[in-house]
Amino acid sequence: MREIGSLPAIFHLSIIAALFVAQFILPPFHHSMLTRIMVLAAYASGYNILLGYTGLMSLGHAMLFSTGLYSVGLTILYLGFEPLAAFTVALISSLVISLLLGAITLRTSGVFFLIVTMIFSQVFYLTTLYFNNITYGDQGFVISQYLHPINMGFFQIDFADRTVKYNLSLLVFSVAFLLSLYVSRSPLGLVLAAIKENPDRAEMLGYNTYRYKLIAFALSGTIAGMSGAVYALVFSYIGSSLAFIHNSINPLLWTLLGGAGTTTGPLVGTMLMVYVIDVTSSFTESYLVVVGIALILIILGFPKGIVGSIRKRWLTWLP
Amino acid sequence: MGIEVPITLGILDGVVVAMVAALTALGLSLVFGIMRIVNVSHGEFYMLGAIIAWFVVTYLGSFLLALVLAPLAVGGLATAVERTILKKIRYDPESTIVATIGLLYAIQQVVLATFGPYAREVSPPFYFRVDLGFFGYSGYKVGVAVISAILIAAVYLLIYKTRLGLFMRATQQDTEIAQAFGVPVRKVYTVSFALGAALAAAAGVLIVPIQQAYYLMGLDALLLSFIIVIVGGLGSIKGTLVAALIVGLLDGVVSVFFSPTLSRILSSLLVAGVILVRPRGLFGSGKTM
Repeated sequence: MREIGSLPAIFHLSIIAALFVAQFILPPFHHSMLTRIMVLAAYASGYNILLGYTGLMSLGHAMLFSTGLYSVGLTILYLGFEPLAAFTVALISSLVISLLLGAITLRTSGVFFLIVTMIFSQVFYLTTLYFNNITYGDQGFVISQYLHPINMGFFQIDFADRTVKYNLSLLVFSVAFLLSLYVSRSPLGLVLAAIKENPDRAEMLGYNTYRYKLIAFALSGTIAGMSGAVYALVFSYIGSSLAFIHNSINPLLWTLLGGAGTTTGPLVGTMLMVYVIDVTSSFTESYLVVVGIALILIILGFPKGIVGSIRKRWLTWLP
Repeated sequence: MGIEVPITLGILDGVVVAMVAALTALGLSLVFGIMRIVNVSHGEFYMLGAIIAWFVVTYLGSFLLALVLAPLAVGGLATAVERTILKKIRYDPESTIVATIGLLYAIQQVVLATFGPYAREVSPPFYFRVDLGFFGYSGYKVGVAVISAILIAAVYLLIYKTRLGLFMRATQQDTEIAQAFGVPVRKVYTVSFALGAALAAAAGVLIVPIQQAYYLMGLDALLLSFIIVIVGGLGSIKGTLVAALIVGLLDGVVSVFFSPTLSRILSSLLVAGVILVRPRGLFGSGKTM
């Protein structure tokens, strides 16, 4: 077993530290951009565990993201849950849903896996529309008026405060980021890499590949659900559009752009894409055309992504 | 008036939906069978068929012309995509998916910019009511089912009775051996991809007098095709037809009593059931994946 090298550990911790320090320096606009980016990068990092480290391409993660999102939204709106209790429900439900979804979809492989995850995710989306008397469908609902500040004795956590939002995003990103570092370095990660490289050989060596893939799927899905839950707490908006296929394609795009199978790639890809879309949507409504062209160009000329290419050329120690 | 009328209507509508969906799914299945790739922008080819039909009918006034021009134009576009993008990524299954997702967005946005965000109507090329004793049924819908059936039969004949079809089947079975025996695999790929796209476009033209042309209509068609090929087994014509009928009838009958959304949810649960029992679909061959 490889030991966790100290260089990658220091590197990752200093990225988190830099993100922490950034909140004191950044002007308000970039402060709020980075808040958004970190939540979405957490989502992409979870996605990367499946795509980059296990070699499974899912088009169903919007369902897992929305499981977290709706768990928080619905328990707070209808049951009057406190944020922490709602978040716990979100974690448990996204773990359960990912295990269920994984157990069914992992019976298939390759493009079948992709199609089937997409079908199920779309069912989830349609279900949120079908029960629009509860979920408010496409229009969605806002929970900010129910998010009471948490009293911690000597200070208060007020969800309307931008510093709280920023650090909540940073927290969820750090968890996802360090988990993917763990996956890239741990014995579990090595088995997943073996499955990615050659599933038949891994099976022949005695690994129950189905079980390992299910573990990766559940980990990835729970991180997606956790990101969805934090998204609901930070942006206070819960709507069907976040369960739509676009939101399954997003983490795929961000991960590929930054570099699948690199721990920092999802952050880099998300950051670049969120800024690119922000810039383009100011002069054209159809920012999706940018997404489309970006996907085609990446796959044609840049399959390793940004960090993947940097790693290959200069920083070979990068996990 | 009992329950027979809505049920019969539901079944008839279901068959019409099934035939158009079978035509669309057949294109997807054909491309997968021969090239081993999944074209995620397949639904956009269907949508383009509908949009082109609207343009042709509105400005040239002929539905029949639309039924010829739209598949040709979309087939041409598909040929260009195949020659430039797919060839460059060497038909790698996952890269193809990413590239065709990109294409999906690009096509959608170009249509949005030119055609606009409206759902536009095309009137059917002919009106008559088929008298079924206790009620009448739209003659055009019957026509759609018949034309779809003819096109599906034509594809069947092409694949099993012509030299090109022989090449296609040889490529499907083993690309390298086919190449070694002088099958022009590159051309077979181009033709198959264009044919798959043209079938989707033809389905789009046929549906437009029933459903209106709209720039976001492709995703639903793609999903329905996915459900059908998963249930029927990718690459099998028989499976595609049987699955389309099951899904179409379910859709038609459930939509009579409940909402179409519920019928889509149910047919997706059917997918779950099929995967649990037969991961390769009802008629999928063992070697598919």
